[in-house]
Amino acid sequence: MLKAQDLHLTFNPGTPIETQALRGMSLVIPSGQFVTVIGSNGAGKSTFLNAVSGEQKVDSGSIEIDGIDMTRQPVWARARHVARVFQDPLAGTCEDLTIEENMALAKMRGRRRGLSFAVKPALREEFRAQLATLGLGLENRLSDRIGLLSGGQRQAVSLLMAALQPSRLLLLDEHTAALDPRTAAFVLELTVRIVAEHKLTTMMVTHSMRQALDVGQRTVMLHQGRVVLDVSGKEREGMDVHHLLEMFEKVRGEVLDDDKLLLS
Amino acid sequence: MSLYTLLGALEIGLIFSLVALGVYISFRLLRFPDLTVDGSFPLGGAVAATLIASGTDPFAATVAAMIAGAVAGLITGWLNVRLKIMDLLASILMMIALYSINLRIMGKPNVPLIMEPTVFNILQPEALVDYVFRPLLLVFVVLAVKLLLDGFFATQSGLAIRATGSNARMARAQGVNTGLAVLAGMALSNALVGLAGALFAQTQGGADISMGVGTIVIGLAAVIVGESLLPSRKLYLATIAVIVGAIVYRFFIALALNSDFIGLQAQDLNLVTAVLVTVALVVPKLRQHWSGKKGG
Repeated sequence: MLKAQDLHLTFNPGTPIETQALRGMSLVIPSGQFVTVIGSNGAGKSTFLNAVSGEQKVDSGSIEIDGIDMTRQPVWARARHVARVFQDPLAGTCEDLTIEENMALAKMRGRRRGLSFAVKPALREEFRAQLATLGLGLENRLSDRIGLLSGGQRQAVSLLMAALQPSRLLLLDEHTAALDPRTAAFVLELTVRIVAEHKLTTMMVTHSMRQALDVGQRTVMLHQGRVVLDVSGKEREGMDVHHLLEMFEKVRGEVLDDDKLLLS
Repeated sequence: MSLYTLLGALEIGLIFSLVALGVYISFRLLRFPDLTVDGSFPLGGAVAATLIASGTDPFAATVAAMIAGAVAGLITGWLNVRLKIMDLLASILMMIALYSINLRIMGKPNVPLIMEPTVFNILQPEALVDYVFRPLLLVFVVLAVKLLLDGFFATQSGLAIRATGSNARMARAQGVNTGLAVLAGMALSNALVGLAGALFAQTQGGADISMGVGTIVIGLAAVIVGESLLPSRKLYLATIAVIVGAIVYRFFIALALNSDFIGLQAQDLNLVTAVLVTVALVVPKLRQHWSGKKGG
């Protein structure tokens, strides 16, 4: 379970380019739930995700995962509980390492790394079997450099890597945004399958309202650094993109009105 | 060129292949431009020579030199990781600090090892002359180091160091303490350079404060020459390439300095190095250019 409470984060405080990225952002994701997160540019989606992963330190507030306080922990320490797939397909894998070396790295996510060989025969067979499920023929290319793969292939491998080791939370950061539509659909389908298979608690940030409604059990909309809309269950099932858009316009209007009140 | 010069070139080439392996770890695997090498090479020599001259066992002295090198690398890494000093600058700071430290260790600008025992004359069998035995022993040392490195970089810890150099953000997301990985890699790299310095002092009759000048350029030259001779991304081939590069480089230097018709002298060494590195840097680009034209 992820429990983020009252997160505040301001970039460049005290300067003309001061930006309040998170303003009292709170979100609780119960174990096993798949939540999609949407919001316009600058709404704080990526900042929130980075705050949870540890790449961005928050000014105040607390982040707990399954009751463990993560607020002050560095990225590498949180990795024990948090798996992540990046937006940039090149960011989630090491291009200089082979496919099997990348997977071996992920296999040890958050565990003590010792002096035993990283890729052992039994492990190689496990990786081969996992890769075969992708249907991309990668199971025959274990010792190829991952830099030789296309963005979509690398993103698919990143997803597999995220599930090689149990995690308490899976973070997906617009992980289909940089792919062509067909590959994006493939990677999304793979995401749904892997999340279901491993019953992962998942937070997926997406730029697409369609995608946000199609997958997962709950959709959260961010605006100006906090949650402004939170739908799940029956209400969400009947929703379409235009409903979301209407609600978004309404929310944005209200927020603008709030600002007007403040300014007058 | 006589057999004696050839074996001499091989001997120095092999010693510098250890430097080159160290430089390969910092520059290529960690992507940390590390000039500490110019200080940790004479540091290794100074520690080994001073200890041997004061009666310490040469093997223990050589191990001590490696440890000293590792500590130097650790400090450079620490300046970068903890104090957030830019990598290149951190290594330059360490390099000039080591100049003073090396003088302190030796207590004078040089420590001769003429009659003292060395790892070479202790192990030398009666049947072999020294200038044949030294390169022979060094071949074994370098091969052992190469195999150990290949093995280490295939382990979980070794992989974590390589991932840190290749994509630090990804490495952190996989739970790698990248700061620690940089420290470990820098220590390993400079331990090898310290070892090279210790062996150099024991083959060249002592340590000298100026023996480190240009070490980094020679190490880089070896890496670059090796990579253009045997381009490969596979680690066990890359380490061979680096060793071959160091030896080839040394042969070219010996050839250039020993061929009367070229008219080069010992003081031209650094110029020859610079020209050689330039050629080695340009050749792969030209090759790409030509193959690109053919393909298009």
